[in-house]
Amino acid sequence: MLTYTIRRIFSLIPVLIGMTLIVFAIIHAIPGNPAQVILGQRATKEAVAELTKQLGLDQPWYIQYFDYINALLHGDLGISLRTRGPINEEIWPYLTATIELTLVAIIIAVIIGVNAGIISAWFSKSWFDYAAMVFALIGVSMPIFWLGLMGQWVFSIELGWLPTTGREDVRDPVTAITNIYLIDTLLQGRFDQFKVVLQHLILPSAALATIPMAIIARMTRATMLEVMKSDYIRTARAKGLSMFWVVYKHSLKNAIIPVLTVIGLQTGLLLGGAILTETIFGWPGIGRYLYDAIGYRDYPVIQSGILIIAAIFVLINLVVDLLYVFIDPRIKYTK
Amino acid sequence: MKNKTLKMLLISILAISMFLVGCNSKTNKQADDSKKPADSSAPAKDTLVYGRGGDSVSLDPITTTEGETFKVTINIFETLLNYGEQDTTIHPGLAEKWKVSDDGLQYTFHLRQGVKFHDGTDFNADAVIYNFNRWMNGNEKQFPYYTMFGGFKKDKGHVIKEIKALDDHTVQFILKRPQAPFLKNLAMSMFGIASPAALKKYGDDFRKNPVGTGPFKFVEWKANDRIVIEKNPDYWDKSLPKLNKIIFRVIPENTARLNALANGEIDVMDGLNNSDEATVLANDKLQIIERPSMNIGYIGLTTTRKPLDNKLVRQAINHAIDKKTIIDAFYGGKALPAKNPMPPSIEGYNDAIEDYPYDLEKAKALLKEAGLEKGFTIDLWAMPVARPYMPEAQKVAEVIQESLSKINIKANIKSVDWATYLDKANKGEFDMFMLGWTGDNGDPDNFIYTLLDKDSIGSNNYAQYSNDKLHDILIEAQTIADQEKRNELYKKAQEIVHEDAPWVPLVHSTPLLAASKDVVNYLPHPTGSECLSKVEFK
Repeated sequence: MLTYTIRRIFSLIPVLIGMTLIVFAIIHAIPGNPAQVILGQRATKEAVAELTKQLGLDQPWYIQYFDYINALLHGDLGISLRTRGPINEEIWPYLTATIELTLVAIIIAVIIGVNAGIISAWFSKSWFDYAAMVFALIGVSMPIFWLGLMGQWVFSIELGWLPTTGREDVRDPVTAITNIYLIDTLLQGRFDQFKVVLQHLILPSAALATIPMAIIARMTRATMLEVMKSDYIRTARAKGLSMFWVVYKHSLKNAIIPVLTVIGLQTGLLLGGAILTETIFGWPGIGRYLYDAIGYRDYPVIQSGILIIAAIFVLINLVVDLLYVFIDPRIKYTK
Repeated sequence: MKNKTLKMLLISILAISMFLVGCNSKTNKQADDSKKPADSSAPAKDTLVYGRGGDSVSLDPITTTEGETFKVTINIFETLLNYGEQDTTIHPGLAEKWKVSDDGLQYTFHLRQGVKFHDGTDFNADAVIYNFNRWMNGNEKQFPYYTMFGGFKKDKGHVIKEIKALDDHTVQFILKRPQAPFLKNLAMSMFGIASPAALKKYGDDFRKNPVGTGPFKFVEWKANDRIVIEKNPDYWDKSLPKLNKIIFRVIPENTARLNALANGEIDVMDGLNNSDEATVLANDKLQIIERPSMNIGYIGLTTTRKPLDNKLVRQAINHAIDKKTIIDAFYGGKALPAKNPMPPSIEGYNDAIEDYPYDLEKAKALLKEAGLEKGFTIDLWAMPVARPYMPEAQKVAEVIQESLSKINIKANIKSVDWATYLDKANKGEFDMFMLGWTGDNGDPDNFIYTLLDKDSIGSNNYAQYSNDKLHDILIEAQTIADQEKRNELYKKAQEIVHEDAPWVPLVHSTPLLAASKDVVNYLPHPTGSECLSKVEFK
């Protein structure tokens, strides 16, 4: 197990190097001169040429690439062309904001998705099954943009239950420690703020959870249906075990492995791809940081951001792989 | 039996959650009465929350031309001169009085006394000189200073020859040649006077730790989330500011921002969609605030590309575009049709010019004269981003496409991301394209010279338009001090531009803001940023 873990971690290195190369190639293939973008519409020709030179953008691509990798190896993500601040420091609050949102969203998606899938399989072909699967289909195809704005309209403006945007009440801001506000407010014993932060999380995380929830529900239902047809389930039932235990203990354990894979992939996707949710809910996350960076041709930020997201994605997959063993001891990783 | 209960329980839990995720019209109606904002814990109202679409890039105003920066810095920093509350006339700022020599080469400023920076250091002539030295010894990457004063100190075109302190509270600028918009330039937010002590202390980090003399002090900046500024208790005008604190919040999506306003989470928002005006007017807790227009949205006709290199073709296209329909459909009627490359609020606007009327027969006749009566195919590039002067570029493009098809011009609508768009437009790679401009300093030079002079090809003259006669007029207008004479020259310049038709000037739009009804004295400025010192809640 340990050797496997170590081997897996080492195998990440070529993946990440490949990643840097691909990202570098793609963004340099896009037309548009960052110097022009930085200086804005008011820039003169000379100024643009001068800045292009200063930024090293007139160098051949391989020199730019090796400069980047060299800095990266020294733990330097570079300087943002737009804000001129070090990316190492800048990226952290965005990343934690996204992690908080993603975790809450994935928890909602898993709790509702897995249960809906199980119950659908349990009472397959019942009205619940049909209703849940129709909802799942709607969930997969629902534009987040529309869902988010509708959510704001219904739950904030009409019902007045939840705030529309942001992470906190800006008139009574949270003092950041870890920058994951649910933790920070608890650490400071500010339960009133904890509640406000939670309220701010509900709409964006629910919107973000819709698609993974639907995918997880459908996946759970499919695998559960298969497992519940198997002989050992019939045996368990015959022994007189209650249906609840049969479903939640015996079946789920065998059905959960593919679901776990989906959960892992979805978590990874949410981490990098929450731009729409972040935009509608004014959530200062990494998706928007990257989106802004792309608009400004802020190469160092794009490179670093994608690299970090890719690294997290790979890490999550590693964790999922290791979890398999934990859940199903029959899975063994040997040489 | 136990199974059944459990089953029911699980089903009800799920049903409830599904119900919550979806929406139900019945509960909406019921809830209307018991409605209250979620953030009900707001303290007594002396904190204004301002919702806007984007974050500032820097809080050191000289380092950027980005409007979102100035919205904040105009409250932290003051300039030697100020614009009028809602126009670009010149008023005292940190300089109480000033004198201009007859030859327009010597400007003497008498500075306000007893003014302190937020760090407690004194504002005086040395501070002014320190700031100018910092700017004029910089480079293009650091400061866009050069765009307004003809370059940096080392450059031949630099306007300022020398700055000296006559005494502790008097500064004199000596110019190499007269620069007509000199005073207007000084009033730009970009040239806010910063504390020399803080500049030395923070170095490059000054952009995150701004220290000025303004009515508000900087408190905190959480990138892409909020910027907080609070009342400067030592402000020289003891009656100001009225507010205790201002929080600038970033909510990128216009509709979401309006939702936040309706829910009481923010007090003011900019960037209201024209189509949402009715929603705001229908809400008795909200009000609309109109920003005076100082912009132009236009269709550029790249004069170096066939067949647009033919003046007749450009004029024909001008005749074929129905501005009124576009304004009614996409600007909610809140825009003026444009006939000149600058808005009527700018001095020197030539109102005598008659716009090319919407006349398809005339357009066809002009095309025939150009030998193109059978028409041609052309690319029409639509901006990928919304700007006040062009909120819905794609849809406007479709209307134009439709109009052009009536005179046998087949326009293919195209778009590309913003950075690439500007880059390609800059290089003259577009046939027809949509763009616009918001004025910096309210001077005609900032429109006509910046956007259409041959010197500006490669920067803002995206239509690649070049006319030597126009160039001579614009250069002359830059160097004479008499505003009346300048105005005559700019009127002549507009005639030339009208005749050559390098653009279809489309609209001067009125950007809209919305605010909670209890916000008073909010006076939006045409430049896009305004000091909020007089704003208060009633």
